[in-house]
Amino acid sequence: MNNKISIHNLCLSIDRQPILKNVSLNIPTNKITVILGPSGCGKTTLLKSLNRLTDLIPGVQQSGEIMLDGVNILNGNQDLVDIRQKMGLLAQRPYPLPMNIYKNITYGLRISGRRNRQFLDKRVEHYLKMVNLWDEVKDRLKDPASALSIGQQQRLCLARGLAVDPEIILADEPTSSLDPISSKLIEEKFLELKSQYTIVLVTHILRQAKRMADYVVFMYLGEVIEQGTPDELFNNPQHPVTKSYLSGQFY
Amino acid sequence: MNTKTEEKFFRMLMFLSTIFIVGVLLLIVVSVLYKGLPSLSFTMLTSIPKGGFYFGEEGGILNAIIGSIYLSLGATFLAFIIGWPIALYMNVYLVKHHTLVNAIRFVFDVLWGVPSIVYGAFGFILMVFLGVRASLLAGIITVSLFIVPIMVRAIDESLKSVPRGLLESALSLGSTRSEISYRIFSREAFQGIITAILLSFGRAIGDAASVLFTTGYTDRIPTSLMEPSATLPLSIFFQLSSPIEAVQDRAYASATVLISMVLVISLLSRFIGNRRN
Amino acid sequence: MKHIRLTRYRKWRNVFHQSWMMIALLAMLFIPLVLVAGLIMKSMLLLENHPLFELLFSSDWSPLSSRFGFLPFIVSSLWITILSLLISAPVCLLTAIHLTQYAKRWVLRIMHPVIDILAGIPSVIFGVWGILVIVPFISHQLGPLFGKSVSGYSILAGAFVLSIMIIPFMLNMLIELIKAVPNELQEASLSLGASKWQTIKLVVVRKALPGIVSSFGLGMSRAFGETIAVLMVVGNVTRIPTGVFQPGYPLPALIANNYGEMLSIPLYDSALMLAALILFLVVLMFNVFSRFLILKAETH
Repeated sequence: MNNKISIHNLCLSIDRQPILKNVSLNIPTNKITVILGPSGCGKTTLLKSLNRLTDLIPGVQQSGEIMLDGVNILNGNQDLVDIRQKMGLLAQRPYPLPMNIYKNITYGLRISGRRNRQFLDKRVEHYLKMVNLWDEVKDRLKDPASALSIGQQQRLCLARGLAVDPEIILADEPTSSLDPISSKLIEEKFLELKSQYTIVLVTHILRQAKRMADYVVFMYLGEVIEQGTPDELFNNPQHPVTKSYLSGQFY
Repeated sequence: MNTKTEEKFFRMLMFLSTIFIVGVLLLIVVSVLYKGLPSLSFTMLTSIPKGGFYFGEEGGILNAIIGSIYLSLGATFLAFIIGWPIALYMNVYLVKHHTLVNAIRFVFDVLWGVPSIVYGAFGFILMVFLGVRASLLAGIITVSLFIVPIMVRAIDESLKSVPRGLLESALSLGSTRSEISYRIFSREAFQGIITAILLSFGRAIGDAASVLFTTGYTDRIPTSLMEPSATLPLSIFFQLSSPIEAVQDRAYASATVLISMVLVISLLSRFIGNRRN
Repeated sequence: MKHIRLTRYRKWRNVFHQSWMMIALLAMLFIPLVLVAGLIMKSMLLLENHPLFELLFSSDWSPLSSRFGFLPFIVSSLWITILSLLISAPVCLLTAIHLTQYAKRWVLRIMHPVIDILAGIPSVIFGVWGILVIVPFISHQLGPLFGKSVSGYSILAGAFVLSIMIIPFMLNMLIELIKAVPNELQEASLSLGASKWQTIKLVVVRKALPGIVSSFGLGMSRAFGETIAVLMVVGNVTRIPTGVFQPGYPLPALIANNYGEMLSIPLYDSALMLAALILFLVVLMFNVFSRFLILKAETH
């Protein structure tokens, strides 16, 4: 299996409180990797360390390696903008930028200096269609993005992330604030998108993991307990903690 | 402009702005103390001016120190017995009426912004209307009027953070709302209340515009509420404009005393506020 | 028996406290109305004899011959207020961004008490500082730099002292506002490839913009009503100022300086109360508008 990202011995602490302990794992190319675990186990932190958003946390210390396409991104002299542009982030709740729909989609492009109107128009249409939002918003692209429903906002955020041409999609419980119909839409999109993108999905919903995963990583208290294909992990868990989690003894 | 240079440029400006603020504070404290400390002496602190505060070269500023303490204690006390119950009323009795409480907060916030000279002018018409002279009492009432909004909002902010479940569980134990107010909520918000009192006291002792109209100025230490009284801010304001150096020294000495009191209050309330966290 | 008596006592006490709370609240809400009514009543005497337009736009101020043109005072107040905002607003915004986005935690630990102490320094102390430092600075350094020989007691001195006074007030609000911008919003912008600075400029400041504008409004209203510190350094000359090195005479200073004689000259008291009323109404408008803007931004 071809690995897009491989993590070796990643340790992360905040104010000397360890959050991630010696995490090592591989994220395969053009597959959906699900990071599963109870809340507070460090999965969100792990996800954010992939595009170095963890740099924002005061008092943070990191060690280990995160290899992206064979380059260690924890190495100090990496260009953060390049790394982050390779990865689109979808958060637990949609956070539309304080501007209109059109500008939300084109934000990443305009930031990197693309100003050609026709080019931007085309991109907006393309990506909004990609997330099935075009028909709903095509007449009000100049409305503030906050006027959309939560489900629409989350799809907008996905389109916004895709518009910068990432190779990886990082999704942090992207359906947790959505209604069932919007959740389903997002999940279907992910299954479609995985032919072109490497997707990392953080979730604590076991069913979602089972529906989506090509590769599963189970985390508990900051450590990777077990990882493998869904078949291996769900049907034949090795570790007692994994077993009790899968049998519903804790969430 | 390249955004990296732009960021560097603005970061430099930000750094300079921060330094500027610290620098100005130091400059204020140092320049006042530099002028005031040499004129500070035992006689300065323990005697009243002799031969009139504006012309007499002898004597000190005891009248202003005592006057200011009387005035601020009185006004803070009055504002407290009005403001504390109001804040409790908003947080214990009116919990159901969210919009009303927010409207009340809005009004007090706006009142907080009303300049003290407007209160002073209002106090003055009231005094003329009632036919009373400038006095300690008139000053106390006027100053308390303008610190009540501060008191209410500061106590209110700390009461707001008392968890609502506490109200519910105390009610279900059969407490009356007044018991909940004074025994439970006030205890929970104790440090916030002390900070509010210190904040109000600091405002009261430092304000000149409202006492200018209502408290008058005198060389003597007041012996009753109906007498006029000297205050530190006015002691600075009046005596600084005197052409006589010895009189100006009294102004600088008053400034030193006032700034020291205010610094102590600031540090004290920070100390108390920090202990909460 | 004892139990019942106790219960009755507790209930009675509750009623007593509740009544006092309600009376205090109503009284405090009632007082501003009395205040406005009192000021209006007093200024009516003047308004009956002089049209409001003439009062506001005439620059002839000679109380002894019963001519009351407020224009010099209004213009001075505007000059000083606007100038002080021009000085303090960029300083506050830059510092707030610095403290919330870039500064190390120990810097914040120093700056919080610094801001608190600055906020607690009484107006009259700022005035003393103005006389000791700012006025001589303008007279000896800044004035000659622009080829002017000036006393230093000027619009500029007043504006500078004022700008320092409103810094802690606005800075505290700005820090809270910028802190309130959700972290996730910044993360979203960063993961789209924006640099930190682009994120601050395009997302953080943009998101906090209504709040920023209203905190500037509140700062301005505070500056507009500030009395003693300005009075001490501004020069107090009744003339429409035409430059920042000239002395001015803002409205609060007018009231504070002349209350002593206001009962000995006819209509003078009424004129000063009108000045207080104008002050009150302007500050009220600014306050209501700014706070309304904040509330609207919060609920949005």
